[in-house]
Amino acid sequence: MTGGPKIQIRGVAKSFGAAGRTAPALAEVDLDVAERELVCLLGPSGCGKSTLLNIVAGFLAPSTGIVLVDGRPVTGPAPERGVVFQEYALFPWLTVTGNVEFGPLLQSRPAAERKRTVDRYLDLVGLRVHADKFPAQLSGGMKQRVAIARALANDPTVILMDEPFGALDAQTREVLQDELSHIQRVEHKTILFVTHSIREAVYLADRVVVMTSAPGRIKQVFPIKLPEVRDRFAPEFTQYESDITRVVKEEVAKVRE
Amino acid sequence: MASFVSNVSTLVESGLRGPALTRRRALALRVGAVIAFVALWSGLAGLVVALRLFNPIFLPGPWLVLGSLAELAAKGQLWGHVGATLERVAIGFGTGAALGVALGLAAGYLVPVRNVVEPIVEMLRPIPPLAVLPLFIVWVGIGEPSKIGFITYATFFPIFLTTVTGVRQIDPLLLRAARSLGARGLALFTRVILPAALPDILIGLRLGVALAFFVIVISEFIGAEQGLGYLINDGRNFFLVPQMLGAAVVLGLLGYAGSELVRLLERRLTRWQHPA
Amino acid sequence: MSAAATRAIAMLSALALWAVVAHGNAWLEVVNPVLLPTPVEVGRVAVDLTRSGELARHFVTSLGRIAQGFGLAAVAALGLGLLVGLCVPLRLMTEPVIEFVRPIPPLAFLPMFLVWFGLGEASKVAFIGYTTFFPMFVAMAASVLRVDVVLLRAAASLGASRADLVRRVMLPAALPGIVVALRLGVGLALFVIVGAEFMGADAGLGHLIMEGRTFFNPAQIVMGALVLGLLGSVINTLLLAAERRLLRWRAAA
Repeated sequence: MTGGPKIQIRGVAKSFGAAGRTAPALAEVDLDVAERELVCLLGPSGCGKSTLLNIVAGFLAPSTGIVLVDGRPVTGPAPERGVVFQEYALFPWLTVTGNVEFGPLLQSRPAAERKRTVDRYLDLVGLRVHADKFPAQLSGGMKQRVAIARALANDPTVILMDEPFGALDAQTREVLQDELSHIQRVEHKTILFVTHSIREAVYLADRVVVMTSAPGRIKQVFPIKLPEVRDRFAPEFTQYESDITRVVKEEVAKVRE
Repeated sequence: MASFVSNVSTLVESGLRGPALTRRRALALRVGAVIAFVALWSGLAGLVVALRLFNPIFLPGPWLVLGSLAELAAKGQLWGHVGATLERVAIGFGTGAALGVALGLAAGYLVPVRNVVEPIVEMLRPIPPLAVLPLFIVWVGIGEPSKIGFITYATFFPIFLTTVTGVRQIDPLLLRAARSLGARGLALFTRVILPAALPDILIGLRLGVALAFFVIVISEFIGAEQGLGYLINDGRNFFLVPQMLGAAVVLGLLGYAGSELVRLLERRLTRWQHPA
Repeated sequence: MSAAATRAIAMLSALALWAVVAHGNAWLEVVNPVLLPTPVEVGRVAVDLTRSGELARHFVTSLGRIAQGFGLAAVAALGLGLLVGLCVPLRLMTEPVIEFVRPIPPLAFLPMFLVWFGLGEASKVAFIGYTTFFPMFVAMAASVLRVDVVLLRAAASLGASRADLVRRVMLPAALPGIVVALRLGVGLALFVIVGAEFMGADAGLGHLIMEGRTFFNPAQIVMGALVLGLLGSVINTLLLAAERRLLRWRAAA
């Protein structure tokens, strides 16, 4: 694959409900994500940003339109597209190691290789010492680190993150944002990241895509021209924050009406 | 429905319960399933007759079962049997419930009572009640008292245990609040402890009703002249399979009605638990 | 004090109460002493029947019937429970039929099984299978259907096939519910085996108890009941221990 965008979303729309009484959730979205790019989808709750992510993941079929990854249409979930969920979705009956090892095990990788993979990614997220614990023994932040390690251990080219830090407290949230930005500098994945936090989006994204309220469509795209390692208190950072806030507020106001 | 068995795509899209169905569609499926069940039964029974697979007496069609019930009803016998069973269940269960709730409230609230009653219950509980039935027959003979006493015995356990649980999980703060408001003795019991333990007591009553219908059958197998269990066992002696199945279905209906009755009671009495 | 110690003390005091009442009655003859056997008499019956090998024969017979009937039902319930999760139309079709059959007390069908399968082993095994299947199936299917769709999505996005989803997600996620269903089934099997052995059996603990009634030997009835109670307690304890081992991950916090 040369040149072309990694992910191509073409005229994707989605409505829910039984025949006759459908409610549109997503209206005609077109979006390209380049290789190694981190794009944040931002919008008021219920704007269909998670729906769009689920369609790219292959969990939901679009009502119309198509999603291409590396030029091939998405027809269902596949290991090339790792997913990190807001509710962690760790397998509670498996240890931390067991969870991280899940993907390589499905691909019948030899034990020694699996061990190397697990060690590498647990080191990356700093959880090596907790390798033998069960998810029930971990804090929310630790659980989400395991989930990120699990997604990475499968060596996907695309990672889809659905409000991954949404359930965490403010401090843990910023720590994990730092870690993710560090991981991205090492791993260089193509990441589609759903969030409703403007600060988080500006901190992480190469581009922020603001969506309209339901049925969701793309309202405005903000390329973030900030250095790789970002300072949340730099004037440029706060400038982006207030620019985007203004646009998002219009949509939130619409929902209220 | 695209495919009968879900594939990965449908599993990740809507989970194991599948996509939500419209009310009408779900109802149609349920009715269809019951019709299919009866049709399958009729078809099998008809096939046995047509192909002379085995003596058709063993698998009577639904029409024969209904017919035998209609015949018993026409002869006026059915009501006697239903009445006998219901009377035994009502008296036996009623006594078991009264004892279970009374002793359960006492044992749940008063430690000395608990210390005496619980060991006995703990020892008897693992013994399947049916194993004790012959003892009742030996003690009080084969008549009504042994049947009713046995139902009382069997239904006592679940009701007692849930009542004790219900009382013991009452928030001590609630009792303290009631006492500080002046509730003492009987008033404390009837106005605070009983209502607070009621949801658990009702669970016990529901288990008890089911158990009562569960065990009445076998005590009516052994030395009874009336009752649905007798009807079943009598049918066995004379190879009246339709009568056996008919009586079993009536028992099922009665058991269902009984548990619905408790559920209704539950909804009325514990409305505060599920505010609309 | 540990829960086990409390239980042991409770059991012992109940035993003591029985001894006092029964021996007191034997002495004062309030009711015919035969009707209220003392622990000593029950123990004597147990020793006699153990010496003659009768107790072992009845015990093994009952246990064999339970193992076969319950085993078959458990396998069928688990298989169908998983299938119901994989096949929505099947689930929608089975639900009302089960609701139709389930309120009928299983013992009401016992004579049917004697008519269909004769007085031999087959009728007892089939009856226990029938009795235990429905509640186990309902409980297992419910726990399979509770499996969170997010776990299925997580596994599928890591490359799981449908077989992987069944083996590595549905089965382990439903396991707590499956174990509860198995305990329910064993309890029920012990419950109804007695009834099944009351009617037309020449061996088994239920038969032993009925024999006690026929020959007016309450001590034998009590002994049979106690053996059944003991068997139930032992099986339940074993299953609970297995549950704790198997489901370590749940209590891990």
